[in-house]
Amino acid sequence: MANPNPASPAKFTHANIEKSVPLLLMLTFLVISLGGIVEIVPLFTIQSTVQKVGNIRPYTPLELLGRDIYIREGCYLCHSQMIRSFRDETQRYGHYSIAAESMYDHPFQWGSKRIGPDLARVGGRYSNAWHMAHLTDPRAVVPQSVMPPYAFLKHDALETADIDERLKTLAIEGVPYDNRMEIAAQSDILAQAGLGGDAAALTKRYPGAKVASALVYPGKLTEMDALIAYLQVLGTMVDFNAAGDPVGTVKP
Amino acid sequence: MNSSAAVAPPSGVAPARPWVIDGYNEAVVRKFVLATLFWAIVGMSIGLFIATELAFPLLNFGEYGNFGRLRPCHTTAVVIGFTGNALFASSLYVVQRTCRIGLFGGPRFANFVFWGFQLFLVLAIQGYLLGATKSKEYAEAEWYADLWLAIVWIAYAVIFIGTLVRRKEPHIYVANWFFLSYVIVVGVLWITNNMTLPIDLLSSKSYPVYAGVQDAMIQWWFGHNMVGFLLTAGVIGMMYYFLPKQAERPIYSYRLSIVHFWALIFLYIWAGPHHLQYTALPDWTQTLGVAFSIMLWIPSWGGMVNGIMTVSGVWDKLRTDPILRFLVVSVAFYGMATFEGPLLAIPAVNGLAHYTDWIIGHVHSGALGWVAFMVFGSFYHLVPRLWRQQLYSLKMVEWHFWLGSVGILLYITSMWISGITAGLMWKAYDSYGLLRYSFVDSVAAMHPFYVVRALGGGFYLAGVVLALTNFGLTIARANTRVAVAVAAE
Repeated sequence: MANPNPASPAKFTHANIEKSVPLLLMLTFLVISLGGIVEIVPLFTIQSTVQKVGNIRPYTPLELLGRDIYIREGCYLCHSQMIRSFRDETQRYGHYSIAAESMYDHPFQWGSKRIGPDLARVGGRYSNAWHMAHLTDPRAVVPQSVMPPYAFLKHDALETADIDERLKTLAIEGVPYDNRMEIAAQSDILAQAGLGGDAAALTKRYPGAKVASALVYPGKLTEMDALIAYLQVLGTMVDFNAAGDPVGTVKP
Repeated sequence: MNSSAAVAPPSGVAPARPWVIDGYNEAVVRKFVLATLFWAIVGMSIGLFIATELAFPLLNFGEYGNFGRLRPCHTTAVVIGFTGNALFASSLYVVQRTCRIGLFGGPRFANFVFWGFQLFLVLAIQGYLLGATKSKEYAEAEWYADLWLAIVWIAYAVIFIGTLVRRKEPHIYVANWFFLSYVIVVGVLWITNNMTLPIDLLSSKSYPVYAGVQDAMIQWWFGHNMVGFLLTAGVIGMMYYFLPKQAERPIYSYRLSIVHFWALIFLYIWAGPHHLQYTALPDWTQTLGVAFSIMLWIPSWGGMVNGIMTVSGVWDKLRTDPILRFLVVSVAFYGMATFEGPLLAIPAVNGLAHYTDWIIGHVHSGALGWVAFMVFGSFYHLVPRLWRQQLYSLKMVEWHFWLGSVGILLYITSMWISGITAGLMWKAYDSYGLLRYSFVDSVAAMHPFYVVRALGGGFYLAGVVLALTNFGLTIARANTRVAVAVAAE
């Protein structure tokens, strides 16, 4: 039914919204807020979002520095770290990824594109020597590869001076790095690189941490060594072959 | 000279010093137009280079020339640099005309937004080259650049909303609803997704406060709505002004614009989780994202119908007016991309297409077809009015249109084929029940399509260079005319 007097305040029409900036602003804000609130807020409050699994630990200082190089070089642009629950993916890459595996990842590295293969479980799949050769000149190892060469990572000595600041910042954000880990960070780096330090103390702080069998250059710690340490830990923290389904062992 | 001169058609007597205009601030709009063209060339050239790197990996040289560091330069330069500057230019132009008042805050404040925005782009891009990145796609910039853009964006919002408040028209024009929603949402997205703690105030390195699943969800809520509001709602705002202007026809349906506006901005926000299907994101979130993504098809097509039907009655102009053709074909690409989007969000399709080139093709049909064609069509309308000088050559517009169209077709068809091929190869089993192809087989199979894609990019960039030349010659003529007029005084 047509309103005989469209300007009548008795009837609310869209014209009322169009004539008022505050009203248009508030309604727009309300309408665009709903979806985000409903989808995001519960992820922080519902406990089953990230089901706890044993053995997930924070990265060692060396692995963390390697991860930061992985981020710096934009590796995530071509490599995902998220195995979807499909038969072909679990056969190609291993058990599908679970939420707990990236719970300490600030930021997440799930990726969105596979120009190269998924790396969620690449840890332990190739030797350090293979990674060195492959990162230096990918096409010397895989002729059809389109990956850029990362030989320059060998020439730069690994910068470790700000590792305690890195651990501190992540601790503030909720990663369980404690004061002792921050103090021991430098010696943990040396220990994991096989350059001295206390390897036993390292593995006590970071269970399962692997001490490098060899460095790119003996006696000199490079960025490539850190990157390899990171690649070698990917997907190795949860033992999916252990008896029972590790995902199902969670007590509600 | 008074403010009425500002709205005089370009065919009128040209004023001697066209940049001195009372009332409307067109100077800052002209700057944004020039910046748009600059970032178009930068962003698309890098895009063409990295596309060629994928076809010929030997082109990856050293630290600064490799794909991993250049790809964020490409996306930031085109998404934020090119589209962002184009939206600044058009929103600030349109809001003044449709409110019949100059920009709130005066020219200095507007210039702060202009130079502040360019500074952000330079900070962000030099950061990626040197390795400063948060690795969150389209929000890679490190904390100092993020903070700076937040300040600039709030200043922009103050100018835009302040101008709306002081308008001399009773109604807020439909284009401004869309611009307003994009200004609000991009601000909210930018601040929420870029929450990050620097390790030291003197260090460029920071760690985002969210981790894992929550970080993934917030990132793709951000990522999808940058597409939804920067690349869609903002560009629809352009459509609602420049398409009717160029066609010289009123908007097809006022009612449809109301319905599709509210439906679009409400539904878009929910669609982010479709980027995370079959991942460790909880199923309920994935399902919500998928359902809303499919619903999104309808309001998207509402906008397309309203745009295309505006030309109703003057269809013949499509033959004679290449500028109108740019605008209409842009809306047609919008229709195609917004059909493809919901299609790709269907789980069965997503399972095949995710992680493949199909997604890259989808993004580019929207970015090159919808966004960039709308921007160039609008600028062919806008530049003659801003510089009070007829466009140098319509023939060049015609050539730009065809070079661009061929470029897009080569790009998206090659990416459809390579994407579906890769998806099928990854899932193929042989008669023994083993995976048929190793991953690198699929990499090798992509080569011819990567070559064709780069070729398409080359065509497209050639069209953009032609546009730049056309605009340059137009502006040069305007400047010559001004110099002559000033000398005669």
